[in-house]
Amino acid sequence: MAIWVIADKCTGCGLCVKACPYGAMQVQDKLAALGPRCTQCGACLEACKFEALGSDLADEPRPDLSGYRGVWVFCEVQDGALARVSLELLGQGARLAAELGQTLATVLLGEDVEGLVPELAAQGADRVYLAQDAGLAAYSTLAYTRVLSELIATHRPNILLLGATPLGRDLAPRLSRRLDLGLTADCTELAIDPVDGGLWQTRPAFGGNVMATIVTPTARPQMATVRPGVMALGPRRDGAQAEVVRHPVRLEPGDLLVRLLASQAQGQRPVDLGAARVIVAGGRGCGGPQGMELLAQLAQALGGELGGTRVAVEEGWLGQARQIGQTGVTVRPDLYIACGISGAIQHRAGCLGARYIVAINRDRRAPIFSVADYALAGDMFKIVPAMLAALKGAA
Amino acid sequence: MKIIVCLKQVPDTAHVKLDPVTHTLKREGVAAIINPFDLFALEAALRLREQVGGAIHVLSMGPPQAAEAIKEAIGYGVDEGLLLSDRAFAGADTWATTAALAAGVRRMGGADLIICGKQAVDGDTAQVGPGLAMRLGLPQVAFVKGWREVAAGHLVVERQMDDGVDVVRLPLPGLITVVREVGEPRPPSLKGKMRAKKYEVPMAGAAVLGLTEAQVGLAGSFTQVVEVFAPQASGQRQMIEAPAQEAGRLVVDYLVRDQIIRLGS
Repeated sequence: MAIWVIADKCTGCGLCVKACPYGAMQVQDKLAALGPRCTQCGACLEACKFEALGSDLADEPRPDLSGYRGVWVFCEVQDGALARVSLELLGQGARLAAELGQTLATVLLGEDVEGLVPELAAQGADRVYLAQDAGLAAYSTLAYTRVLSELIATHRPNILLLGATPLGRDLAPRLSRRLDLGLTADCTELAIDPVDGGLWQTRPAFGGNVMATIVTPTARPQMATVRPGVMALGPRRDGAQAEVVRHPVRLEPGDLLVRLLASQAQGQRPVDLGAARVIVAGGRGCGGPQGMELLAQLAQALGGELGGTRVAVEEGWLGQARQIGQTGVTVRPDLYIACGISGAIQHRAGCLGARYIVAINRDRRAPIFSVADYALAGDMFKIVPAMLAALKGAA
Repeated sequence: MKIIVCLKQVPDTAHVKLDPVTHTLKREGVAAIINPFDLFALEAALRLREQVGGAIHVLSMGPPQAAEAIKEAIGYGVDEGLLLSDRAFAGADTWATTAALAAGVRRMGGADLIICGKQAVDGDTAQVGPGLAMRLGLPQVAFVKGWREVAAGHLVVERQMDDGVDVVRLPLPGLITVVREVGEPRPPSLKGKMRAKKYEVPMAGAAVLGLTEAQVGLAGSFTQVVEVFAPQASGQRQMIEAPAQEAGRLVVDYLVRDQIIRLGS
C-alpha cells in the first residue's frame, strides 16, 4: 500500500497539504512530498485536482447499510426525571431525523420509568423503546450494555446519540466495542452529509485548539456522544403520542457483577472548570475580593464558573482549583469572559480553546484583546454591572 | 496485586499551535509529556501498591520516542514497562488503539487491575479505558475518584457522576479510569530516576502481538477524520467602543445574537 506523487502533473498548489489530517504532506520545490507521518488515509487523493497523486489503495467495498434506519437518543434519567442533555439530544435528533426523512426514537431504561413516555413524546420522540427491570434501576455498565446491544441488534438504527456525561462516556465506548461500531466522543456539532446521508460529527480536540469532523462510513449505527449544553431544545409538542415498544429484559448474573452500593447526591459540586460552558475569569485588575465577588455574580447569572489568573490565586482571591493557564487548568468553555486580565501568554494558553472570548480591560494594548472576539476597553467595575443589569432585565 | 497502568505520550496541548495556512497542528518543537490524567492513574497505582503490595507495569502505544514516557514512569517507581510500537499502528482511532492495548495486556500476562486516566488531553475522547475493558471482557468503572476498600477479589470505588457520587463494588480482575481527585502525582524518586536512566524499554510490534494490519492503525479504525479546522474563536476581534453602561448591554446583545448565551435559561 502506498501513495506517491506524480511529478509531471503536480503543480505544487498545496491542496493536498490542506487536506492531510496528519500533517504529513508538504510542498517542497513546488512539488508535493509525503512525510513519514502519512497513514495512507487517502484524504490527499480526493483533494488533488490534477491527478498528480498515484496510489494502489484498493477501494474497500462499502457494506450495504440501507437497512439501518432511524435516529435514536439514549435517555438519561436523574432522580426520576429526564436529564437536560437528553432533552437537548431529542431536539437535535428531531432535526437530523427530519432531514433524513426517518423517525426519532428514544431508548428508556430503568425500573419504573414508563411515566416519562408522555414527556418524551412532547419532546419530539416518535417511538420509545422501553426496557424495565429491577436490575436497571440504577446505572449499571454491564446490564445497560446488554440491553442496548440487544435493542440495536433487533431494530438496527442509523444513528445513536448519547449525552457526553460521565454515564454516557462510560457506556458508549463499551457498547461500541461490543457491537464493533465507531464512536465519536463529545461532539459539539452534528450534521447530515448532503451527498451520502452520513453523519458529520464535529468535536474539539487538542484542548480545543482544533476542531475535527469525523465520519463513520462502514458501520451502523453511527454513534456519538454529545456535549451537554450545546444543542438547542426542539419545540414542545404537548399531547403528542409516541409508540411504545417494550423490550423484554433478561439479565444474567454476569451482568450484575459490578454492584452499586450507595449513591450520594452532591451538595457542593467540585469545581470542574474543564467542563464549564461559561467561565468568568479575573486577574490583577480585579483589585481584590470585592472585584472577584462582582465576577462571581456575573458567573452565576450566566450559569457558569468563576476562574482567575495566577496572580488572583496567589493574592488569595481565589482557590487553586480555579487557576487557569499554564500552571493551572486548560479550559475550553463556549464563553470566556476575561476581566482585568492583561493576558500573558501563560494565561492565554489556558483559555485559547474557548469558543468565544470577551475581554474587559482598562488598557487598550492588553494582549488579551488580540485573542478576544469582543474587546471592551474600559472599567470592569462599570461594565460588569451593566452586563448584569442587561441579563436581569431581559430574563 | 498486579496493576497495569496505560499511559499515553501527548503533545503539551498548552503549547500546540495551529498552522494558519494548512490548519494542521504544528507539532514541531512541542514538548511531549505523559498525559496528565495518566499521571493520576500512576499515582493511584502507587498508592494501591503501598496499601496491599504487588507490582505495577505500564503499557503504552506510540512511536519509538514514546519510550521516554515509559522511562519517566519507571522514575516514579513502576516495576516494568512495555511499548507497543509499529508503523502499522499509525492513524489508529480509539477502536484500533484498544485492539493493540488489549494484545499488550495479554502479552504482559494480564493483571488484577488495569488503571487508565479518564481521557488523554490531545484526543479528549475518554473512550480507550472502557473500550479496552470490553475487549478484554473485564468489568469497568469509569471516572473513579477514590476507593474505600481493596481486597483480593474486589475493589469498592467511588465513581464521579453528573449528579453525585456512586459507591460501586468492582470484582477483579477489572478496569478503572480515574479523575484528578484520586490524588496529586508525587514527584519521581531519585532512586527511580537512576533506574530509569538505565532501563531499556521492551517494545513489541503488531506481528509479535499476533495482530494483522487490518486490525490496527487506520485500517482497523471505524471512524475517519474528514476535516480538521481551527475553532472559530480567535481572530475576529471586535472592539466595542461605547460608554461602560452601553458597552455592557451591547456585549450581552451580541452574545445572545451569536447564540453563545441563552437568556432565561
